[in-house]
Amino acid sequence: MSPLRRRLLFGIPLAVVVGGGTGFYTILRRMQENDYDPHALPSPLIGKRPPAFTLPGTAGMQGFSNTDLLAPPRPMLVNWFASWCVPCLQEAPMLAQLAKSGLTIWGIDFEDNAAGALQNFLAQNGNPYTRLASDASGLTAINWGVYGVPETYFIDKTGIVRWRYAGALTDEVVASTLNPLLKQYA
Amino acid sequence: MIPELGHFALALAVALAFAQGVIGIFAPGLRDPRAMRAAPALALSHFLAIGAAFLGLIYAGVVSDFTVENVADFSSSAVPLIYRISGTWGNHDGSMVLWCFILSLCGATVAAFGQNLPASLRARVLGVLGLVSGGFLLFTLTVSDPFTRIWPPPLDGAGVNPILQDPGLAFHPPVLYTGYVGFSVAFAFAIAALIEGRIDAAWGRWVRPWALLSWCFLTSGIALGSWWSYYTLGWGGYWFWDPVENAALLPWLTGTALLHCAIVVEKREALKAWTVLLAIATFSLSLSGTFLVRSGILNSVHSFAAAPDQGLFILGLLGLTIGGSLLLFAIRAPVLAASGIYAPLSRESALVLNNIFLCSIAAVVFIGTLYPPFANLLFGIQLSVGAPFFNQTVLPLTAPLIFAMAIGPLMPWKRAALAPALQRLWLAAGAALIVFLAATAERHVIAALGLAGGIWVVIGALTDVAERIRLFRIPLGASVARLFVLPRAAVGATLGHIGFGVMVLGIAGMTLATQKVIVLTPGQSTELGGYSWTLNDIHDAPGPNYSQRVADLTVSKNGQPFLTLHPSRRFFTAQKVVTNDAAIHTNGFQDIYAVFADEPAGSHGAELRLNRHPMAPEIWFGGLIMALGGGISLSDRRLRVGAPSRNKKPEGAVA
Repeated sequence: MSPLRRRLLFGIPLAVVVGGGTGFYTILRRMQENDYDPHALPSPLIGKRPPAFTLPGTAGMQGFSNTDLLAPPRPMLVNWFASWCVPCLQEAPMLAQLAKSGLTIWGIDFEDNAAGALQNFLAQNGNPYTRLASDASGLTAINWGVYGVPETYFIDKTGIVRWRYAGALTDEVVASTLNPLLKQYA
Repeated sequence: MIPELGHFALALAVALAFAQGVIGIFAPGLRDPRAMRAAPALALSHFLAIGAAFLGLIYAGVVSDFTVENVADFSSSAVPLIYRISGTWGNHDGSMVLWCFILSLCGATVAAFGQNLPASLRARVLGVLGLVSGGFLLFTLTVSDPFTRIWPPPLDGAGVNPILQDPGLAFHPPVLYTGYVGFSVAFAFAIAALIEGRIDAAWGRWVRPWALLSWCFLTSGIALGSWWSYYTLGWGGYWFWDPVENAALLPWLTGTALLHCAIVVEKREALKAWTVLLAIATFSLSLSGTFLVRSGILNSVHSFAAAPDQGLFILGLLGLTIGGSLLLFAIRAPVLAASGIYAPLSRESALVLNNIFLCSIAAVVFIGTLYPPFANLLFGIQLSVGAPFFNQTVLPLTAPLIFAMAIGPLMPWKRAALAPALQRLWLAAGAALIVFLAATAERHVIAALGLAGGIWVVIGALTDVAERIRLFRIPLGASVARLFVLPRAAVGATLGHIGFGVMVLGIAGMTLATQKVIVLTPGQSTELGGYSWTLNDIHDAPGPNYSQRVADLTVSKNGQPFLTLHPSRRFFTAQKVVTNDAAIHTNGFQDIYAVFADEPAGSHGAELRLNRHPMAPEIWFGGLIMALGGGISLSDRRLRVGAPSRNKKPEGAVA
């Protein structure tokens, strides 16, 4: 290795740190000026169609792929959940109520590998889903940018994601956000 | 009065630290022996000054002096004594004092025990430590002063965050900080060596115990934090890939790499520049880990939020420390030449391989943690990177590490052959294969791979010991005698590897966990994991500064009750917070874990989260064994006895 190349090589760590430091400085400055909120958790999917995927059905129900979401007859929800997640259990009555009111909800069961766990979950909490797919490997979740379960995506009639909610749906969220969205995109 | 004295002691410490820094760094250049001797004295007095400030802060907490803002905001008179003390470092300002206290403790230890160091090296090491300490003390004193008074004082304090009122968390920060800050000594040695332009085997021998000591603390600190989140957060997880956890994992990964490659510097005088870089990187990651999570840039559950102007101050300090040291590295390190030569297949190469894997994992975790804010900044894309990404990327990198881990220690220095090393691992390979086949028969492949990997590492490490004591090749008595005269460093290394294997077993076992979330009314039972769980009763119980609802559960197997569990829900009235106190029963190889999650309105029952976690205790047990191994290795003769006498090589290591 020539001395010059060796010198350049040894300067790489410094370059990385200078780049990183400049980035952090900019972020902190923008935080001070209130035009950057690192704690917001928006979805990269808002305003877009979900990325390509095909997931098999589970619990005896039909699975779905991104093409099935291209043009739903009415606005609908895609709900990510898992039988092992406590907030999902808390969310179940809300989903059941929404399903009863006529809203279409498709479910994606995330990394649920224990045999029979999903069936138990559905038997105990009711099944609000019209279709139910399984993302056992969690790869589709990465593509969707799922932060954690439960997570709910609102998809309009043109198949575009309009809203994402991370966490269990509550009465307040439904009243303040979901219901207005349903009206807006009806 | 006491808080003012503490404040004064803090100001005194700033002055002493900068004096230590300037004198320590420039005295060797002036060739003034008296100035060089001043550095240790300044380090000791600087330690005493911060010690006094820290004691003053603890005193204010213990006597519940609510005229001190820090005490009024984060403590209250109803809080038990131990949490009034630990509450001192349970908030941003107080934890800064603890951080500086530990840093000065490191400096004082170098000053007190570093008599066998060359005077100029010791002065420079202390100088670097003094400058770092001075910077952070100045930050504490100017923008995050824990001794600020308020008037009028409130009648009672706001109290300690209920979730932090736990013995595990009382000791987690000091242990973790000692781990983080301890790497400052390895860092200071690296900078001093760059200034002197000389790195030799003796340097490796001086750095390693410091790196090892901090590594032990960091390992224990991470294990303690993970254990705490396992039993308090109530959903049975032990690692969440939260930015703060990643911030602790990153220095652990590079620190582990540093431990391994410092051996190469010590034994073979190779990999010098790389070792220096790792020492700088480990402390830099400790620093940025501790402070970037506080700046609010990263999304985290650890809400230690500091204001953005504090963030800019900290960023400036980080820039000076990290940027300055890497600038020095870029200028001085290219001239460091390796003198040891080794074949591509040798112990040295095995250690290089270890470094490559550990640093790749560190790079992946680093990128995953920092990508979201930078993607947003550069491309305006908003995204989140969570556990799915880390699980998918870190596991494939860990597998070859585990595979190589059993082989590496069996390879001799300079030049090795793969075949004899592999031959000696037939037992480990056989056992791993049996475990793999047995586990794949009924469970999924990842768990089987993990269990097999754990067994492979544990038996591989034991094989190394068996080789060294020539088990079954010489009479058993002679083997046992050999076991007791093994170098403690070898015993420590073996234990470290066994501990890692045991932890892998625990993590793999946890993927086989069975869970159930269910609402039971008293008298009802449910089946899970081969046990029958019955809810007997729900009742109220008193607590010191909370009220609680307790669920009484009986667990039976084949109709025979063998265990009662009492998970509870605690209502902290002062903060209006509810915590779930999990009931965990462990037999060392399995946890039975019950959480009383809620009392749903109208059900007259308890919402319970029942778990059976096979091998879960092994995760923390493994961490403990690793730290213990580090401790034993620290007591090795060559580290206690200063003279670099070359120990006779143990026969087992010669192929």
